[in-house]
This record gives sequence, C-alpha cells and structure tokens, in this order.
Amino acid sequence: MLLPLAALTVTSFGEGWSGFWDAVTAPVALASLRVTVAVSAVVALVNAVMGTLIAWVLVRDDFRGKRVVNALIDLPFALPTIVASIVLLSLYGPNSPVGIHLNATQPGLLVALAFVTLPFVVRSVQPVLIEADREVEEAAASLGASNWTTFRRVVLPTLAPAVIGGTGLAFARAIGEYGSVVLIGGNIPRKTQVASQYIQQQIEIDRPVNAAAVSVALLAIAFVTLFVLRVLAGRSQRREEDSA
Amino acid sequence: MITVTGARKNYGDFAALDDVTLDIPAGTLTALLGPSGSGKSTLLRSIAGLERLDAGSIVIGGRDVTGVAPQKRGIGFVFQHYAAFKHMTVRDNVAFGLSIRKRPKAEIAKKVDDLLEIVGLDGFQHRYPAQLSGGQRQRMALARALAVDPEVLLLDEPFGALDAKVRADLRQWLRRLHDEVHVTTVLVTHDQEEALDVADRIAVLNKGRIEQVGDPVSLYDRPANDFVMSFLGSVARLGGQLVRPHDIALERNRDRAVAADALTGTAGGVVESVVERVVRLGFEVRIDLRADSGQRFAAQVTRGQADVLGLQVGETVYARATHGPDAYELDPALAI
Amino acid sequence: MRTSTAARLSLRTVALGYLVLLIGVPIVLILWRTFGEGVGTFLESIRTPAAISALNLSLLIVAITVPLNVVFGVGTALALVRGRFRGRGLIQAVVDLPFAVSPIVVGVSLILLWGSSGWFGGIENNLGVRVIFGLPGMVIATIFVTLPFVVREVEPVLHEIGTEQEQAASTLGASSAQTFWRITLPAIRWGLTYGVVLTIARALGEFGAVIMVSSGFPGVSQTLTLLVHSRYIDDHNTYGAYAAATLLMGLAVLTLLLMTLLDRKRSTT
Ligand SMILES: Nc1ncnc2c1ncn2[C@@H]1O[C@H](COP(=O)(O)OP(=O)(O)OP(=O)(O)O)[C@@H](O)[C@H]1O
Ligand SMILES: [Mg+2]
Repeated sequence: MLLPLAALTVTSFGEGWSGFWDAVTAPVALASLRVTVAVSAVVALVNAVMGTLIAWVLVRDDFRGKRVVNALIDLPFALPTIVASIVLLSLYGPNSPVGIHLNATQPGLLVALAFVTLPFVVRSVQPVLIEADREVEEAAASLGASNWTTFRRVVLPTLAPAVIGGTGLAFARAIGEYGSVVLIGGNIPRKTQVASQYIQQQIEIDRPVNAAAVSVALLAIAFVTLFVLRVLAGRSQRREEDSA
Repeated sequence: MITVTGARKNYGDFAALDDVTLDIPAGTLTALLGPSGSGKSTLLRSIAGLERLDAGSIVIGGRDVTGVAPQKRGIGFVFQHYAAFKHMTVRDNVAFGLSIRKRPKAEIAKKVDDLLEIVGLDGFQHRYPAQLSGGQRQRMALARALAVDPEVLLLDEPFGALDAKVRADLRQWLRRLHDEVHVTTVLVTHDQEEALDVADRIAVLNKGRIEQVGDPVSLYDRPANDFVMSFLGSVARLGGQLVRPHDIALERNRDRAVAADALTGTAGGVVESVVERVVRLGFEVRIDLRADSGQRFAAQVTRGQADVLGLQVGETVYARATHGPDAYELDPALAI
Repeated sequence: MRTSTAARLSLRTVALGYLVLLIGVPIVLILWRTFGEGVGTFLESIRTPAAISALNLSLLIVAITVPLNVVFGVGTALALVRGRFRGRGLIQAVVDLPFAVSPIVVGVSLILLWGSSGWFGGIENNLGVRVIFGLPGMVIATIFVTLPFVVREVEPVLHEIGTEQEQAASTLGASSAQTFWRITLPAIRWGLTYGVVLTIARALGEFGAVIMVSSGFPGVSQTLTLLVHSRYIDDHNTYGAYAAATLLMGLAVLTLLLMTLLDRKRSTT
C-alpha cells in the first residue's frame, strides 16, 4: 500500500524541491488544480444543501415509491464512473434531445461530479436524522420557536457533523475523480482540464516527474481535507460529550 | 474444589485483584458478592482462564491450572449476556462442546435432549436464540455449559439482565438444579438477596480484596466489619453503631429503655428520636426516625408492636439496639 | 417539527426534481437509446469478440481480487478490532487511504513503482514479467482501490458481536481455529458478503486506475470499462459505448439489488 505512494513522493522530488515546485506551478498544471478545487468546492456545496434536503425528504416525508428513490441514491456508487459519464453525455452531450450542451464546459464537470458524489451527504445525514430525538424539536416548538428557528437552532447543530463529514468526503472524491469527467469534461487545458486529466496526460507524454508532483499536490489537498474533517468531527463530538 | 492463592491482577496501576486467597469446597454453590467494580468478574474470569493473573495460582480439583488455556480447564462458563451463538439453533448451541470433542452423534443427541429437558427447554431444539426470551436463553447457556460435564460451573451475573420476577424464579431453579447435579458452582452477583437466597457460602469482595467468607447466616449475623454488615442486609446507624433495623427496640418511656439497654449492653446507648414517618409494608412496619443529633435512621417492627406503640408522626421515642454485631460475639446465647 | 403541507410538498418536489434530472432522465435515455434499435442490436454489440474478451478480463480480475481481499480484509479487521498493538491508528489510516487517493494517482504510483524505469523495474526487465501494461498491473491497481471494502464492512460487525461468543466457545473447549471457523466466521458472514459485493462492483467498474496501467488493446487488455471508453473516444462508436455501458449498468443494478437484500438480512439477523 505505502510503497507505491513512497515511489510517487520520491519521484516527485526527484529533481529537488525546486523541480517539484516548478512542476506544480507550471501554468497548465496550476490551472488544472485551480479548476479541480473550484469545481469540487461548488459540487461540495451543492451536495451539502441538496444532500441534506434529500435526506430530510427521505426520512421525514412519506410518499409512494419512496423506497425506490431511496435505493436510487446508491446508484452512483454502484455505477462504474465511465458509465456515469456516458449516461450524462446521452442527456447533456452533443446529441442531447433537450438541446442542452454541457459537453466540454465547466457546468458539465459540475453535473458529472454532482452525480458521482450524490450519495455521500445523503447517506451520512440520513441515519442521524432517523436517530434524532424528535422530542427535542417538539420541545423547541412548545417553547414558541418557529419551524425555521427550530431547524437552525436545534436540528442543524445535531446534523452538522454528518453534513460536514459527508461534504468533505464528497469534496475529496470530487478532486480525484477521473472516469466520470473524462468524456464529458472535454479536457481543455486551463478551462475544463482537471488535475487527474493533467496527470494522465503527463504520463502519456512521458513526463513522470510532472505527473508525480501534481499527484502529490492532489494527495496533499485530499489529506488536508480529511484531516480538517477529523478535527472538526472530534471537536463537535467533544462538545456533545461535554454538554452530556 | 477450587483454590485461589495470592491472586493479583492489575490494569495499569489499578489493582482489580489485590492478593486474593479463596477456597471453594467441592460440591458447594459459592457466591462472589460485592459492589460494582469490586473485581468479582475478574476473579471468576481468572478462574476460567479468560483472564491471565499477574501473580498467584489457581488449582482446580488438585490440578494447578494457573497457566492453562480455558479450553483445558474443565470448566463451564455462563455469561451475563448469554453469549448465545446466534447463528446456531438451541440444539447446536448445547451440542457445541460435545461436537468439538468429537463425540458420536447418537450420544450427543441423547445428551442434548436430556439437558434441554432438565433446563425446561424441551421442544425448543430448533429455535434460534433470537426466538427465545432472556430467561430461556440463559437456561440454554446453562445447558450448553453443563453439556461438557465441567468440573466446575462458573456463572457471571447470569440473571443480571432479567427482570426481578424471572430472576427470582431462575435462582430457585438454579438451586434445585445444583442440588441434583452437585457440580461445584461459583456464582457472581452484586445482589445480596440473590446471594443469601441460593448460596451455601458467600465470599464478599470489595476493592479487589476478600472481606469475609462464610455461610449466609454467619455473614449476616456476624459480619467481620462495617462493610460486610452494610452490604448484606439493611443497616441503621444508631449512636455511632451499625444496627439492623429489626434489631432496634423503641420505647415511649425513657427509663425503661435505659434499663433494658443496661441488660444488653450495646455500644450505642439510648437515642432520643422523633418519628418522621410510619410506613406499613404488609406485616412489617418501618418507622423513619430522626435522632436529636440530626442523624436519620429507620427501625423495623412487626405490625403488632407498632399497634402497641401507636406512634404518630412528631412524637418522641427512645431507640436502643437489642443487639449489635459485637453483642453476638460477647454472648452468642443472646442472639436467640 | 411539524411542517406545513405546502412546505413539505415543495421540499419533496425540489428533492425529487433534482434526483430525476441528475439520475432518472439520463438513465432512462441511455436505456431508450440502447434498446431503441431492438434487443438484437444490443446483443450483437455486446457479443463482438472484443466485448466478450473484455467481459472475460473483467471477470478474471474480479476472480483474483476477491479472494485476496477477503483473506487480507478479514485478517486486518480482526487485527484492528481484537488486537492491542502499537501503530493501530496508522493501520486505520492506511486502510482508508484508497478512499482519499484519486484512481489516477494510484495508477501513476504503480507505474513509478513497477514500471520498467520504476523502483521494481528490475522484475520486468530481468524476469520478463510484465506488470505495468499487463494483467498483474491491472490486478494490483484493482486491489489497491478495493482494499478498504471488506475491512470496513467486517470491522463494525466484529465490534458488535464482541468477544463473549468467542470466549464461550473457548470455555467449551474450542481451539482458536475451531472458534474462528465455527463462531466468528458465521457471525460476520453477512458483513463479509456485503464487503465482497462492494468489492466486485468496484472491481468491475474501476476505470481511472486501470486505464493508467493497461495497454488497452481491444481483445487483449481491455476491461469492460476500457471498452466503453475506447468505443466512444477511439472508434466513435457511440451506440457500442451505450450498449457496453448498459451491460455494466445491468451488473451495477444487480449489485444494488444484492446490497439492498443483504442490508435487510443483516439487520434482521
Ligand atoms: N480490561 C480492563 N481494563 C481496565 N480496567 C478493567 C478491565 N476490566 C476490568 N477493569 C477494572 O477492574 C475492576 C474490576 O472489574 P470487574 O469486572 O471484575 O468488576 P465486577 O466486580 O465484576 O463489577 P460489576 O458488578 O460491575 O460487573 C473495575 O474497576 C474495572 O474498571
Ligand atoms: Mg462483572
């Protein structure tokens, strides 16, 4: 497990720190990292809102076919990413029946990444919402809090760790994603080329040092994200324990 | 016969067992009694070999088993939460130990059926543990432990997870079972009533040490110290001395109380107190009192005595101990 | 919280609308495009020699990956849950690594380690075993990305069953091996199966890591996912790509059904 990553890190610094720095800050490389982080951040935000909303509807609402919808949520996990790409292309691609052409645009990337990361927030918020003590909400209501106040002051704080956790996972997944963006993204340098595509390209033209350096940068971003998440989760948990 | 000598067990720098020495005679049903965290489970699990001692030795039936694996100690163990094998039927659960020992199929089948009849689970052979009640599960676990003919049977709060009624039934049943099979049995419990009810002998543990070992009557009547006294049965503090509530006599007349107290000669003397509450509990009547020192205590009298006294809340009475623990030792004849 | 009917309905509409646009419509569309020209055309497209060889290769990779992951995953889970040793935190983090690492980065790392100019390049140059651009590379890449599944599914089950059943077995005379086979393994079977299903799904569907280490020759070193890609990009055979994608989707839906069934099983037993 660790050996390949060690090989990666060593190679990335094969030409010294400055070699690494040059490789990462090469204009196209930097642009791809920027696009990746920006699009992933937007996707993460969309997920945070929509994921929480969907989880809410799945737990607190009741309608026919809810179980099918519930099962559908996992589809992006089960579906190979390249299939996701094809599926989205068939609707938003060149022969789109509705005339929406997202092919090779940043919104296209957004849709693809939103598709593959959909389950993260939903699946982390759902169980918390099921377990959530409804009496607390009722207590808040009985004290005169409006729905919106109850949601903001009572429900959201209990959901927050799950939302943050799911959003972080979605973000980490989005920045590394390749299969789902490879067809719809268009791979246009400085515009829609994401970091993983840039890395793949560098390997293809036999520039392993460049590929390794950007890989390490990508890894670092992922790790920092996950680390921050862990710290946040730890803190909110401690807060709950303190108050208990 | 189980002999534990100088057993020590530390978790970090906390001593869960602190130089425990204990003899458990063959064929007895011995209860390990103590408050939560006193080391009962640790001691029992050490006897079973599920816990490794830091020092000391354990001998079962003349064989030193100190370093022996639990598989080879000839024990049966019953866990508080049953440890039922959830994916096996009742029959397979009970047959497990025998099938490990590769006994012939017919022998296993007969033995399992016999045991299930003894524990009253006849007809439940093909159920899964999830389809049994807690009490039934525990009886299955008992049958499972007995199936391998253990030399000693070790039970760790076997009825702890059951409700009060089932508990009481099952411990009666365990007592009868023990009278039939006579296997040396050690029962861990933190419930003094349970220990007094079923055990031949009780070992009281506190903070990893044995406070006293003996039969229930002598432990109740002649506790070695305040801890044992307060842990077995209820106590009241009267003039700085621990007394059983039913060993408190109440008098309306101070002089009579003093005269009677001079005869029994306990350390507490006569305590003037005010009646705070009179509670009738069936045949018994509990009287809550407050001494002039501010100390509250309860006395227990029969209904007849209560009627004679006719106490009302707010009245003053004179309480004295009819006998304290030291009185027994001075003159056992007075205990009658 | 008692929400008004209007609020509830609008929330529901937003949620369902989002799901329909993102998942529902595209999937219906691809199915329609695939089968629009008849089931026969579909079957023909997935019965070409290249497609059959891709299916076989995908299944072969699954067949190698799954047993290795089961043994490793159960072993690691046992060590993590039952073991008391230093460095457990480190192992925990390493097990989660594949979740944080982009498949492309996995591919690059493997090339740098096993490629002919990599650290272990000697193996390829001297022994003539082709790792990168060969089957071993694809298998290693797949193992890398599927590693956490079995561990992460088995671990909580081991936690939950605790050690009492195992201790009970040992007091009844069972050796450690007997306890494992007769008590522990049956107890974790649903968690394990679930982990295996996830492993299969991911192994069949892995694309990024595999495309990096495969030579991608049709009929030789193309997995199903690579087939979809090359049909779309290289052959401009859009219909063929749809058909192969539909096949993969069928497998994914099967997986999903299995998962749902197993989930119910897990929660009832
Ligand atoms: N694995 C362990 N690690 C650290 N401390 C332990 C461990 N097991 C037991 N202890 C400590 O040892 C002491 C004795 O525990 P033990 O389980 O024997 O108590 P017990 O008398 O059976 O209590 P209870 O009635 O609550 O079951 C307790 O203070 C407990 O916290
Ligand atoms: Mg205990």
